[in-house]
Amino acid sequence: MRMPRAIFAHPSGRIGGFIVGLYLLLAVLGLLGLTPHDPLMQYRIDRLHAPDSTYWMGTDLFGRDVASRLMMGIGQSFTVAFFSVAFAALAGTVLGLAAAWFGRRWDGIVMRVMDVLLAFPAILLALLIVAVAGPGTWTSIVAIAIVYTPIFTRVVRGPALSLKAREFVDAARTFGSSSSYILTRHLLLNLVAPLTVQITLALAWALLTEAGLSFLGLGTQPPAASLGLMLSDSRNLMETAPWLMIFPGLAIMISILGFNLLGDALRDIFDPRMRRAIA
Amino acid sequence: MTYLLRRLAVFPLVLIGVSIVVFVAIRMVPGDAITAMLGTEAGLLTPAQREALAAYFGIDQPWFVQYGRWLLGLLHGNLGISSTYGKPVLDVIIERFPLTLELALLSMIIALAVGVPAGVFAATHNEKLSDLGVRVAAMIGQSTPNFVLALLIIYTLSAGFGVLPAMGEFSPLWQDPLRNLSQLILPAITLGFAFAASVTRVSRSAMLDVLSDDYVRTARSKGVSARGVIWRHALPNALIPVVTLSGIEFGYLLGGAVIVEQIYALPGLGRLVLDAILQRDYALVQGCVLFIAFNFMIVNLLVDLAYVALDPRIRLGEQ
Repeated sequence: MRMPRAIFAHPSGRIGGFIVGLYLLLAVLGLLGLTPHDPLMQYRIDRLHAPDSTYWMGTDLFGRDVASRLMMGIGQSFTVAFFSVAFAALAGTVLGLAAAWFGRRWDGIVMRVMDVLLAFPAILLALLIVAVAGPGTWTSIVAIAIVYTPIFTRVVRGPALSLKAREFVDAARTFGSSSSYILTRHLLLNLVAPLTVQITLALAWALLTEAGLSFLGLGTQPPAASLGLMLSDSRNLMETAPWLMIFPGLAIMISILGFNLLGDALRDIFDPRMRRAIA
Repeated sequence: MTYLLRRLAVFPLVLIGVSIVVFVAIRMVPGDAITAMLGTEAGLLTPAQREALAAYFGIDQPWFVQYGRWLLGLLHGNLGISSTYGKPVLDVIIERFPLTLELALLSMIIALAVGVPAGVFAATHNEKLSDLGVRVAAMIGQSTPNFVLALLIIYTLSAGFGVLPAMGEFSPLWQDPLRNLSQLILPAITLGFAFAASVTRVSRSAMLDVLSDDYVRTARSKGVSARGVIWRHALPNALIPVVTLSGIEFGYLLGGAVIVEQIYALPGLGRLVLDAILQRDYALVQGCVLFIAFNFMIVNLLVDLAYVALDPRIRLGEQ
């Protein structure tokens, strides 16, 4: 119970938490199909209809309701972001812990492979993976997960190395605790803080990368909606139907803002130096 | 010195790793390069013609033979021939790189020119309303994807002022500097925006740290003016994290801004890679990615060296 209260007490946490909560709600509604209109339904007579009380955010070139597509798109973008970050965090944690725990050759191999992956700019590596596997939701998830795995590996390995050298780990060994017990109980539990912060910030980056891939036509495929795809489709209609650009653009921006604010708040809350300063 | 040598020794290893990843990955892309290059006309080729073309581009061999050849060529400065452009890969890259470099430099100049003063201002007005304003703006800036900003800029210009960004054929800096600048300024602002926001945040927090240090208090008590304390004593030390951040961002920008180049129709490195991947131009993808990774690593190394130059207390080799 302490965590939600701490987030609520932090100004960025309050705003970020509210935004993320709201988006989660919209995403769930979008995924369940509980939208004002059918997001795939083409209301031909109402093509490029400006926002009004029936179509809150107007309609697109095919007469589809933008608000409903936006909810579907948020659902889609969040699915990709959550799965990819979950995979990256899991893979990064396992690799980082293994590198720190087994050390020497294993550490060398894992970290050199991560160096190779980190030498690629993120979007480039994602593009390459998408080109290999073909565009689609699962490809985006795998691509983004691979791009962010090295970051999680580094975030885990550093602190895990210093934890490994601490007395309580020696003590646990002396008492006969198994490696797996020490790894999960003593190392992993102490890494919850940096991991939580990293996961929150990575979600912002994953949303951005997903939107970027979809914008280039390499992420979510039509007729499904995704924020990046909606934005890309709006380009040629910018002057006649600016709502097609403004709403998805704002939706992407605010979602990233939400995770960034929440990530900042979590960093403040978890950083013991800051906590001491406040106390 | 030992640190530098150690870093340099890892360089070729990482580059070989990068090249193997790309080499294997690009060959797993479904479809073949010749069909991608000629489109429907590939159907008109006789098997013999197809084989001859494959042999010309060296793609008739198993991947490890192709890799070995490529590596051997690389040692002679030969990155292969682009199947899309029918020219040596290095020539194609060198044609596109100046734009990317110029765009990256312009974006960095904008980011530093806006970000550092904004960060210093916020730090010296800590916890005041103006500080809050700068922080909110920086947070929003950092959360704005560059493609959203690019579209917003284009929309505002066209709907509000009836002008469109200068597109069309790109003119290099040395041919028509004015036209070149008019073509690059909006993309540079687009890329520099979020970059400036990050610089603001980092310089603000670094400045706050430094301003509470003992030597700043000493300078103040010795009667150094407020401006002197900030610009002469505090800022040079606060700049260290700004240099790191700018270096990393600059390294990324040198890899080409795929989406922004696409929106503003700029023939930079980012679009070159994207097109090369879509066209399955093996040699070009391979060459570009290696070039980008190399730049990225060089920039990171320079950042580390700048670190030492800015803060003599850091002696990397001895740590």
